[in-house]
Order: sequence, then C-alpha cells, then structure tokens
Amino acid sequence: MKDLLDWIEARIPMMRVANMHALQYPAPKNMNIWYVFGFLATIVLVNQIVTGIWLTMNYVPTSEGAFASVEYIMRDVDYGWLLRYMHSTGASAFFVVVYLHMMRGMMYGSYQKPRELLWVFGMFIYLALMAEAFMGYLLPWGQMSYWGAQVIISLFGAIPVIGDDITLWIRGDYVISGATLNRFFALHVIALPLVIVILVFLHIVALHEVGSNNPDGIDVKRPKGSLSEDEKTKFKIHEYYTNKKDILDDVVPFFPHIVLKDLVAFAIFCIGFAYVLFFMPEMGGFFLEPPNFETANPMKTPEHIAPVWYFTPFYAILRAVPDKLGGVILMFAAIVMLALLPWLDRCKVRSVRYRSTLHKLNLAQFAVSFVILGYLGVKPATVIYTYMSQFFSFTYFLFFGALWLYSKNEKCKPLPERITK
Amino acid sequence: MSNAPVDNGRRRFLTIATSVVGGVGVAGAAVPFIASWNPSARAKAAGAPVEVNISKLEPGQMIRVEWRGKPVWVVRRSEDMIAQLAKHEDQLRDANSEVEQQPEYAKNRERSRKAEYFVAVGICTHLGCSPQYLSDNFGEQVEGVPTGFFCPCHGSKFDAAGRVFQSVPAPSNLEIPPHYYIDDDTILVGLNSASEVA
Amino acid sequence: MKKLIIALFALVPSLALAAGPSVPLDSVDIDLTDKASLQRGMTTFVNYCLGCHQAEYQRYERSAKDLGIGVDVLKENLMFTGEKVGDHMKNAMPADGAKKWFGSLPPDLTMVARVRGPEWLYTYLRSFYVDPSRPFGVNNTVFPNVGMPHVLQTLQGIPTKEDVVAQVDGEQKVVGSKIVTDGSGTLSAEEYDAVIRDLVNYLEYTGEPTRLASERLGTWVIGFLLVFLVFTYLLKKEYWRDIKK
Repeated sequence: MKDLLDWIEARIPMMRVANMHALQYPAPKNMNIWYVFGFLATIVLVNQIVTGIWLTMNYVPTSEGAFASVEYIMRDVDYGWLLRYMHSTGASAFFVVVYLHMMRGMMYGSYQKPRELLWVFGMFIYLALMAEAFMGYLLPWGQMSYWGAQVIISLFGAIPVIGDDITLWIRGDYVISGATLNRFFALHVIALPLVIVILVFLHIVALHEVGSNNPDGIDVKRPKGSLSEDEKTKFKIHEYYTNKKDILDDVVPFFPHIVLKDLVAFAIFCIGFAYVLFFMPEMGGFFLEPPNFETANPMKTPEHIAPVWYFTPFYAILRAVPDKLGGVILMFAAIVMLALLPWLDRCKVRSVRYRSTLHKLNLAQFAVSFVILGYLGVKPATVIYTYMSQFFSFTYFLFFGALWLYSKNEKCKPLPERITK
Repeated sequence: MSNAPVDNGRRRFLTIATSVVGGVGVAGAAVPFIASWNPSARAKAAGAPVEVNISKLEPGQMIRVEWRGKPVWVVRRSEDMIAQLAKHEDQLRDANSEVEQQPEYAKNRERSRKAEYFVAVGICTHLGCSPQYLSDNFGEQVEGVPTGFFCPCHGSKFDAAGRVFQSVPAPSNLEIPPHYYIDDDTILVGLNSASEVA
Repeated sequence: MKKLIIALFALVPSLALAAGPSVPLDSVDIDLTDKASLQRGMTTFVNYCLGCHQAEYQRYERSAKDLGIGVDVLKENLMFTGEKVGDHMKNAMPADGAKKWFGSLPPDLTMVARVRGPEWLYTYLRSFYVDPSRPFGVNNTVFPNVGMPHVLQTLQGIPTKEDVVAQVDGEQKVVGSKIVTDGSGTLSAEEYDAVIRDLVNYLEYTGEPTRLASERLGTWVIGFLLVFLVFTYLLKKEYWRDIKK
C-alpha cells in the first residue's frame, strides 16, 4: 500500500496538495459561525451540479416540451420530484449562503489588503451565479420564467443606440422563444457552471495564498524571525507557509479541526434545507412562484411580476429610478460598488470589532437597507413603495460614500496582540 | 495546544461512528439518483400489457403486435405443424426448453399455453434482429421441416415453437412473453394471469 | 417546531396573495389524507370539469393508485371515452373550437391549485351569480367577467348576488356581497360546499401528487440528520477539547 502511494506521489502530488491545503493548512482558531458559509456554498454548488446533471436526463429544452418535461420529472420519473426540488431549493440556498458569506467579508474586512483579489474573484462568482440563476429560471418555461426573462432582457434595451439590437440578439427572436430557451439551456448547463467552478478554484487558490482572515482581523502569520519558539504553533504546518512567515500559536490545521466545525454547520444546514425541501418547497411563493405552475403564454402577462427573491434588492433599486437607462445604470452600479470595496475602505483596521461606532452603524444600516430593498422588490410599485425604494437605494449607496470619507482618518480601538477568542 | 492527554479510544469511536452515519447518509442520498433511472410512469404506460384478438386468425397465419416496443408474434399452428414438432427434436439445441426463456406454463414441446397458439417475442436471441416467419418454405433451410423462423442477419433457425436448431449462431430458444387467455378469442400479452399486477 | 416555523412564514405576506382579488377568500379544509373526499372530488372532476378542461399532466392510473381506487372501479366509473388507464386525463375538445366557444382556451387544471391557491378555487366555485349581460348568463365575484359558464348550477341552484348591508358609523352601508340561491339545485347549500371542498381537495392533490410522500420521507431524513448532527458535534468537541480558547 505504501509502495503504491509512493508510486502515485512520484507522479502526481496528491499528498503534497492534501498537506498544503488541508492537513497542514493553518487556519485561525477563532473563526466563528460566520466562517462556515464558504464551505456550505461549495456543498450547494456540488448539489446543484449533480442534481442539474440528473435533471438534464429528462428535461426537454424546447418551447413545446420544456414545461411538460418538468411535470414529467415531477410525476413520472421515480424520485424526480425530489431531484427537482433539490435543485430549486438549492438555487435559493445558494444565495442565502452567498449573501451571508459576503456579509462576513464585510464585517471582518476580509476584502482589505492583501485579500483584494480574493474579494474580486468572489464578486465574479456572484455575477456568474446571478447569470446562472437567471438563465436557469427560464428553463421550466412557466409564466414567471417567461415574463421574468422578458423584463430582465428588456433592461439591455436601455442602452442608448444599440439597446434594441442587443435585446434582439440576446433573444435570437422578436420575442422570447425556443431559440432563447435553447441558448439559455446551453449556457446554464455547460458554460456558466464551468466558469463558476473555475472561479471557485481561483477563489480558493487566492485564499490559501494570502491565508484566512478571522473575526479579530489581525494577522496570524508574522514576519519571519519575529516570534519565539513558544509563540509559534505546535501543529505541523506545511513548510510552504512556515518558510515565508512565522505562524502564531493561534492556528489549527484545516483538517480535521475546521472541517469538523464545518461538518457540524453542514448538518444543521441540511436540516433546514431538508425542512424546506420536503415540507414547503415553494417557500410561500418565494422559491417557486405560483404563476410558474402555468405554462408560458406570450399573450398574457401575470398580474404581478416579481423576480425571485435573490434579485429583488437590485430590482428595487432599478425601479426606484424614474428613468429607464438611469435605473439600469444604478442597478449595475450597486454591484460594482461592492466589487470596489477594497479600495473604497481606506481604513487599516479590518474587523468591525475594533472599528469606530460610525462604521458599525454604517454597516448595520447597509444590511438593513439591503434587506428592506429585497422586500420592496417583491412588492408592487405603488407610490409609497417607490418612495421607500428611493430612500433605501440612497442609504445603500450612502454606505459606500460615507465609508470612503470617514475611513481615511477613522478612530479605531487598539488591536489586540494575539487572537482573543 | 494544551498538554491534556488525548482520549484516543473516545476519539476513534466517534470518528468511526460519524463515518458510518455519514456513509449511510451518502448511500441514502444516492437512492433517488439511482432510482430515477428506472422506467418512468410514461415508459410503464407505454409498455402496458397488450390485448390481442385472435378470432380471425387462420391456421398457419401469424399476427404481430407491439409490446414494450418489441414485436410479439401470435401464430395459429395447424394440426400438421403441431405434429411436426415432435419429429425433429434431435436437431435442436434445447428441445425441452431447459434454458429459462419462457414462463413455467410454456415449458413444454409446443412452448405455449394452448398448442394451437404460439406466442413469442420476435427477437432473435443472437444479436436482436427480428427473424422471418416462413410458413411453408422453411424446408429450404432445414430439410423436412416445412415451417419455422429464419433470421436473415446471421442465419439462425428456429422451429414453429421457437426452438433453436443446432449449428446456428443463436444460443437459445426464442423468448416467450408472459401471457394468458382473457377468453377464447383474446390473449393478453404482458401478464401471467388476471390477478397479477402490472 | 414545525408549527412555529409555519407561523413565522405566515407573517411574511405570500406572493400568491399579492396578486389576489379584492374579494375576501373563504378558507377551505384541505386534507390530502382524506381519501374518501379525494375520491368524491375526482368523481366531480371527471363528470363536470373534464369535459372542457384537462389535467394533461396527471395520469388516470396515478390518481387511482394514490386515491386507493381499484383499476376496475376506475375503468367502470371514472373513464368514459375508452382511454387506457395509463393515459393522461385529457378531453377530446379541439383547441380551436374551445377558443371560439369560450373566448380563450379553458386552462389546464392539473396545477390550478398551485397557481391560484385552494382558497381562491373554493371561493371562486361558490361565487357564480346570474348576470344576463354575460354570454353564459353568469358572472363571478372572484373572477369578474370570467368566460366560464356555471357548470355546477344543477347542483347549486340558480345563484344571485345580494348586497350585504351593515351599520357603519351610524349609517346603512353596503359592506360586501353574498351569493344566495333559489333552492332549485339538487343539493343544499352545505352539501354544495362539501362537493366543492372535495373537488378543491382533489385539485390540490393533482397539483402535487407527491406531497404526502414528500412529508413522510422528509420526516425520516430530518430524523437521520439529527442523529448525524449529534455525532458530528461530539466529534468536533472531541477534537477542539485541547485547543486553548
């Protein structure tokens, strides 16, 4: 057995990779509950890929056959309903964990130097994920699939001069049709998953190069030669890391310690996931919208079109602007702002624990604004809701503007020398 | 790391227990994926038992019906054809139908419930071609046997009870599908009896 | 636990209701385990609905199996046009003709309960009233100017709409409407409501035939996951015991 492993190791560095990235990878020991969502996102990604592959085995990507094939999966295929609900619930679960994962990054300054690129890769994953979810939502070919896609694609019509040509090009027809469905299917099942998997790989490579942040936001890797033997970790850490830096006695190896923590979170997550999946897969119309149980009808718009919940914060920002092009620009700006966070925040202290009260309040109001915008996005655009959307769009952007202003000379609490808890 | 002694026994037990429970979970999670490859309700509905009306069948005639996407033959054998079956058994590979290619009630010389009617799946046991029914010129293939089935793909030969002749590529007799008589004029192909559930 | 979670989500306004009508909907007692009710509902469905509507994703055999109806009973009493038991519940009405007769194609009813919600269906089917200005002589308070005739009129009797008047701030005001019948139907008001309840129950079933199986399996899965959680938690604690806080 040992000989076989040596034989393999001499040809492909399996143990070296396992050691470097798991068994001997130093992770701060104070990583808390907020640090499990990256792991959970990976799990959901695997779930989406596997159930997605199984769904394509029976799904028919044509405008004539799509809706019926989904019902065929739901009724005629053994356990087809379970595979389908795993995929539809997984889509929403993906955004739940990704939003929490992003919130973690914002709380503990995980986007700050030296993790700027890590954050930007994350933002690209988020963008790819939104495209993936949007295209996937067209595939059941229900009323909401159809009209939701209609509205979103029409956004591109706001681009001056070439807008109409672009929407025509995206649809491949004068309306959303089988041609649109086929290209969305191809992108949804092959192209975007491939992009997401590659980006996730890069995200993790970048993470392991700079090391994991932690709730205190202080470095657990110190300059070479600055630590006494007593202060160094007693765990075996891969020389790739120890050659460059001294590593504090505040780390644990990723495997088994962090993995076990993630596993507990995984079990809890699965319970919640299973509850929704088996008992309320429609989630009161938020995960599966009622009009989508009716086949797409280009002649009849549902009374109330709302995107799926994970898009609604941006949808609310879009609707807050009384100008078509302006709304689209502001909506995309809302995402770009997030990607620019590493450069908008000029403070040297990472964690919200040691930052000013002003920053704490600002971050809190941002989270609240985001949630309220999400709520407003599912409501019809009445006068009062539009005013509210405008107000909370303002506070959303206010977060970034204010951050840029106060972070330069922010009064922070002194950082601890070592990790606290 | 503290110097507290590591309780190896407890640690090993918990590791094994968690692995086992996790393994059960993975196996359970695999069930829907595996089960979804079974024939769906649509496939089952399309493969439902087929009723065959035999009231207009003349002796020596054959009708074909489709069952589960495969051709099923119903041949009404004449007295001569039935009598012939006993005469060439020395030339057959499996004259007594020892190989499980038929339900129990068709394990006889005529390989059928009623000697007069022969019901078989019309697929050669060699490589899946559908043999031809030669009602009176099978003698060109096997001397002295006027009726039989001849597979044009690789020359396999079967007698009027679907029994395979020696020295042809097909290894075994033709398959007899489950069937029963609803009444004297109607055969149901696909079930062994009226009480069986599809 | 389950009740608590459901209660929490009940606080969140459901999207299904966001697009609802202005008429208050009556609640309906949906019970997918009540096979007798589902069987009666299916009978009503094939006798009164299936002529014009279809359930094109539901197979006869599936309904019979899930509702505990034998194949012979199914063929004898619930199938009229010589389909096979494995067929979908479709009618023979030509689509072009349907458009001409009703103004639009009668919608497929397989998942109508998931689109509209059972309360909507229950109220809708009890809210027809005589309105000579409409092509079929009836209108509906839940679905104004609906293109569907009152198919169940022989059961309900001829329904008329009456204003409900109440004392509001010392004035007599119209606060709503109610449906009253002339009693010419074969059923009493309570019996009619029960028939509609059974029908809606059946439609709720066809919307998602796997509902009960899903909940049964879900209970086992969650039970298993709780066991798994206990083991992972103990194992995690075991490994983290000697990490200084």
